[in-house]
Order: sequence, then structure tokens, then C-alpha cells
Amino acid sequence: MAVESQELNLLANNNRGESQLEAGFDLLGWDEVTQGSVLPSFDGDATGIANKKAEERAYSGFNSYTASVASWRVIKPVFNRDICIDCQNCWVWCPDSSILSRDKQMLGIDYDHCKGCEVCVEVCPTNPKSLLMFSEYADLDESLAAWPEKKKKEKKSKEV
Amino acid sequence: MAVKFDLNEREVWDGNYAASQALRQADVDVVVAYPITPSTPIVENYGSYVGNGYIDGEFVMVESEHAAMSGCIGASAAGGRVSTATSSQGFALMAEVLYQASGMRLPIVLNVVNRALASPLNVRGDHADMYLGRDSGWIQMGAFNAQEAYDLALCAFKIAENHSVRLPVMVHQDGFITSHTAQNVYPLTDAKAKAFVGEIVPVDDMLDFSRPVTYGAQTEEDWHFEHKAKQHKAIMDSRTVIDDVYAEFKELTGREYKRVESYDMEDADVVIIGLGTTVETARVAAKNMREKGVKAGVVAIRCFRPFPYDEVREALSNAKSIAVTDRSSPGGAMGAFFNEVSAAMYTSKNRPLVTGFIYGLGGRDFSIEEAERIYAEQQAHADAGHITTDIQQFSGLRGPKLGFFQTARG
Repeated sequence: MAVESQELNLLANNNRGESQLEAGFDLLGWDEVTQGSVLPSFDGDATGIANKKAEERAYSGFNSYTASVASWRVIKPVFNRDICIDCQNCWVWCPDSSILSRDKQMLGIDYDHCKGCEVCVEVCPTNPKSLLMFSEYADLDESLAAWPEKKKKEKKSKEV
Repeated sequence: MAVKFDLNEREVWDGNYAASQALRQADVDVVVAYPITPSTPIVENYGSYVGNGYIDGEFVMVESEHAAMSGCIGASAAGGRVSTATSSQGFALMAEVLYQASGMRLPIVLNVVNRALASPLNVRGDHADMYLGRDSGWIQMGAFNAQEAYDLALCAFKIAENHSVRLPVMVHQDGFITSHTAQNVYPLTDAKAKAFVGEIVPVDDMLDFSRPVTYGAQTEEDWHFEHKAKQHKAIMDSRTVIDDVYAEFKELTGREYKRVESYDMEDADVVIIGLGTTVETARVAAKNMREKGVKAGVVAIRCFRPFPYDEVREALSNAKSIAVTDRSSPGGAMGAFFNEVSAAMYTSKNRPLVTGFIYGLGGRDFSIEEAERIYAEQQAHADAGHITTDIQQFSGLRGPKLGFFQTARG
């Protein structure tokens, strides 16, 4: 993964994104696959799982949490902590639950699941934006160094 | 607690009412429905049973049959006992979702009141909609009258929900001829019916919060084939469960059902094999032919899917000439039912002559006289030792004689 200087396993269970979809699983025979292709989300008893944090959950091998589904991303959002106001807009809007946030504090991006759709950037209200899209292969520090300045509001013409 | 519904030992019910009473007695939890002629009264009656306190269930009215079956899938995946009804265009609109239900192995019971498919628009009974469902992975059972529509609906829940089956089941009855004709029906008492059907024991139910599951997974070329093969094996294996449930039902009621029914077949030379109400017509014709010295018999398919290849071959093993009756326009083929029967008979020892009739489209009446004419024609084939007509013919059609494909064995 191109992003190196940010904590990649932030709030992550140790099996997050461990498998690549393209890599293939153990291919089972017709007599071994699950009935109705119904797949359990967790290993063991999942009672009360909603109250557990992601890193405490026993995600099963069938759960997309344990697969990296980001290989087709070509541009990625980069997060700038210095500008973010923790409004949580990106967390609400992200269609892949890839905004990592805890106690209403924005912490980073789950690059194992982010598809690079840019919705987080679109909804970010700060000036300049706290999330911007860069090439998948852009270096994180260089991206942060290249962050744009605050845009000045254009002066409105005086009302007549 | 549900209000008691008073039943007489003998009721006068039409097929729709009979099916709806089976839904009430089976304590169906959820019916998600969109009305369509001629099946509407089934779901309408269920709604009134809920509204009047006769059953503790949910009636969900939706915007289309596609949504109706989708709702059934949701309720069934949640773990409930689920049923609905449809016909014709509604069935066609449901088609996409039918495959979802069987693929997810959800034991939904669908009462199909058979009706022709447009165009031209037609509300009468033929088997076009039933044939549309033939590859959908559902078990398909056929009732020939109101009593059977009731009996088979009860059996359907028990078959579908059996843990070694876990497949959705359609119970078919002919539009209007069965669905709207009042006949004597002998219902079970509520207690007996409930005891027979039993409680649903859910599998992978989504309301089990200790084990959340994903329904509707995506599988590509590396997984899809295995899942479909497993599903196919399940429906093939359901044959023994269907037999067991029919046997248990016979013990309870004295009414016997078989996946293939045979009438006057002990010594029959010429046979009409059919589905639905046609069977009763053919049975009368066979009796008449026997009075004229023709050894006529009737074979009927109770269970269209899984198709009973061995039982059909067994039932027809001593026949000389067989007329297969397809009540659906086959659109450039011989007829789905003809094809199945031919496939079954190809590997029989004496390979009887098999011809097909397209008949009864859009509710066109199939008369006893016409059935007798077909028997006489079969006798002519049998006497000649080869098929003397086109293999595919049309029965009860106006205009110049229409037929296709000829035998090379003559």
C-alpha cells in the first residue's frame, strides 16, 4: 500500500483486509459450500456484538472486513488532521464505512476498504478541505506538504 | 390468542378458499402479496383472517409481485413461515425473485393459480406461468381440484421446511376451473392440521442475533457452480421427503398422493399423460374408451419439479402409445412436458410411441370427446406400430390442421 506514514492498522482487528479477493480461497466442492450461500459474519457467539468495537470483534473469514477490497482504487483520499474540525460529515456519508472515527474524533481512512469514490472530499466543509484526493501512489507526506492554502472568499459586489 | 374458526366436516369451497384455509391452519406468519386474477382471494382471505383475529400473522400489501416475493424472502430469511399467491403476469414479474428464494434455500410456499401469459391478454387458465417457473429451483406440485389445493398446501409447508429440503414450493391449481369452482372439501380440524404441519424450525434465521448471517452473497465462476449443484441435488433429493410427507398425510386423512398418479394403467395400451384439471377429463374419457374396447389409461404428474423421471418411466413401461398434453405455447419447441416425458421414455425397454398435443391455451375447454378422439388416434399409432400423425399437434384449434415434426421410425 502506498500510504506509509499514517498508522495503517488504526482501530483494526488483526485480520482486517488480510485476504485479497483475487488471491482465492481454498476452493471447496459442491458438498462443502454453505447452504443457500448463506455466510456467517462472525466466528462464535455474536451476542452483543453491536456494542463491541471493530478491533474486538471476531470477524469470520466470510466477512468482507477480513478481505481487502481496495485493489481497484486508483485515487485515494488523504486526511489532514491539522484542518479537520471533526464534524463527522465524511463518516456519515462514506458508502463503505471506511472513515475511522472514535469518540467523534476523525482518525483516518481504512485503506483496505476505501474504493476512492471521493464522497468524503465532496462533503468536507472546511476551507481548505481536510480530505483531498491524490494518486494511489502519491506519498502521504508529500501530499500533505502540497496541501492548498485557504481560499479567500470572493468579494461580493456592493448591493445597489 | 386467535379466534376459533368453525369448520364443518364437509365444506363447499372453491380452490382459492381451500388454499387460504390451509394458510390459516398452517399459522402462516407473514403473507406479502399483490393481487392478481384469479389468485386474489387466497391472499385476500388471509388478510381477512388476520383482520378478524382468526390468525396471528402479518399481511403486507406491496406495490408489485416483484416486491411481494422480495418481502416473502425477507420474512422467510428472518425465520418466519411465509406464503403468498399469484398468477400469470404477476408470476412473470416475480420470476427474477423466485430464483433468489430457491438459491437462498428459503421454504416459502407460493400458491399459483395457473393463468395464461399475455399477449394477447387473457385471464383464463393455462400452464404458461407454471412452465415459466420450471427451471427456478422450486418444487412444483399440481392440484387437480379444490380438495387437493387444500391438501397439497398443507403438505407444501412440511416439505419446504424439512431441514434436508429447505426449498420453496409452489402449489398449482388451474385458474377458474379449480380456483373458482365450489366443490366438496373435507378439511382437517385446526388441531389436526397444526399437528401435521408442525412448527417451523428456522435455519440461518436473520433474527438470531447471536449468529448474524449474510443472505444474497455474490459468487463468480470460482464458486457459483458449486452452489447451484448443491441446490440441484437438494431438489432431486427432496423426492423421498415428498413421498414421506404424502404417506404421513394418507395416514392422517386416508387421501393418497403420489408424485405420479396412475388411473386405469394396469393393462393400458394408450395413455394420456397430463397435468391439472385435464386429468379428471381424461379419466372420464378413458372409462368411456374402455367401454368401446380400447385399453385406455391416464397418467398424471402431481410433482412437476423435481420431475419424476423414474416413476413416469415405470408408470408408462407397458404402454404402446402416449399422448403428452402441454397446456402452454412452447414457442418453437415441442413442449416442456413432452420433452420431459420423452426423455424419461427414451431409456425405457420398449420405447413406446410418444406424441404431443398443445391444447387448452387461454382456458380453451378440453372436452371429454376430444380426449376420446386423442385416445382413438393413439390406438391407430399402436396398431400401425409407428406414429401416423405429426409428432406435435394442436388440440381444439380452429383453422387448417397444424402440426410439426415427423417420426423417422415409421
